[in-house]
Amino acid sequence: MNLQEIVHQLNLTVVTQPKPLETIHPTGGYASDLLSCVIAGAKPGNLWLTIQAHVNIIAVASLNELAAVIITENASPDPSVIEKANEQGVTLLVAGETTYQLAGKLWEMGIR
Amino acid sequence: MESLHELHGRRGRIITDQDAREISRVEELSYDLKISEVMTSNVKTVSPEMPMNTVLEILRVNRISGVPVLENDQLAGILSIEDLVRCMEKNELHLPVRQYMSQKIVSVNAYDPVVKAIETFSKERKGRLPVIDEAGKLVGIITKGDITRGILNALQRDYHEEELRRYRASHLFEDITSDRTSLILRYNIKARDYLNGGQASSHIKRALLRLGATPQLARQCGIAIYEAEMNLIIHTTNGGIIRVQIEPHRILMQTTDDGPGIEDVQKALTPGWSTASQEVRDMGFGAGMGLVNIQRCVDRMELESTPGKGTKLVMEIILRPEERFKETDDSESAP
Repeated sequence: MNLQEIVHQLNLTVVTQPKPLETIHPTGGYASDLLSCVIAGAKPGNLWLTIQAHVNIIAVASLNELAAVIITENASPDPSVIEKANEQGVTLLVAGETTYQLAGKLWEMGIR
Repeated sequence: MESLHELHGRRGRIITDQDAREISRVEELSYDLKISEVMTSNVKTVSPEMPMNTVLEILRVNRISGVPVLENDQLAGILSIEDLVRCMEKNELHLPVRQYMSQKIVSVNAYDPVVKAIETFSKERKGRLPVIDEAGKLVGIITKGDITRGILNALQRDYHEEELRRYRASHLFEDITSDRTSLILRYNIKARDYLNGGQASSHIKRALLRLGATPQLARQCGIAIYEAEMNLIIHTTNGGIIRVQIEPHRILMQTTDDGPGIEDVQKALTPGWSTASQEVRDMGFGAGMGLVNIQRCVDRMELESTPGKGTKLVMEIILRPEERFKETDDSESAP
């Protein structure tokens, strides 16, 4: 399942600049709002579900080479955060649902 | 996913290590490049009074499929091969260009970004677009082929620049002969500078990749440094210094600060234990996993701290034989 299909099926909003999402195939997922846990637990190519929307999530996503960050419950990142994400090539997606709901759906879709 | 971390584009912008890098870079380039940089500027033109059979000859000889029509130096129309076909069907090749040229001109500006031409192409279904300057004077012509060529050339330049950087850096240890060569990188970290958190670690990661480190090693160092860097930002009074010493066989990373120091070092090393304030925890820090993460990434970690004086954190990675940076080959001079 590629990122474009995930964005479509889960009705996510892509807030960073357009890129060919269909070429990105997430290797799994990780859900946490604690950055150090993400650093320890998320694997390269994973999707990261969090309600955090501040600038430090970009460094964590970039260092860990994550496929994308899904910001849940419509928490909206500042323009400066989006700019930083574009600069670092990090994909930011925003979802209306909770982390729990999304994780469940992603699991059902086969992202495990 | 494990390609180089990021590289500087031709205008100093940063591109990153996603697999899709080249593709999104193409998009970026279409905004970055000006039409004037990719267009053909040596344009063949015809006049409105020229007979159509002369135009036929011009198109045939130059192997082009259309020409702008100029009258008194002004763009009066455009004549394409389709117009020529219409003319030939009627057997009117003796008639002047004026009779067959299209006067509905869609042009683009030389100073516009290439993306403007791409949009115009998809909207207008034209094979070529005349390019005009600020004064409305014809300065060139652009086709889809020009755009492809222009972008490929720019990508080639980007690639070449990063190759050159990598080449220069990766031979550092080989090119310099000494009994012990080490490269020292130093970063000053400001306290409470959350906005730039992760900057030093990302620079260090890139430096290591350029030196020829494996992606795994670069990531390991990046993570260890990131946690140490955030500790300096979150917990110190006046910030601190990150010092990374890169040697062919090991990487020694060290952070120092002048306070406040850690009351109980043993406790600080306990997973889940943190002194971070609520404000910092709200940003997702203070999980109490930072030092634990570092330990996981390095071969040796030492934490020394004196309350009121400051803290020193030493992290060392001993490189496995296949990870070592290439050194000068001494075997020839050896007896």
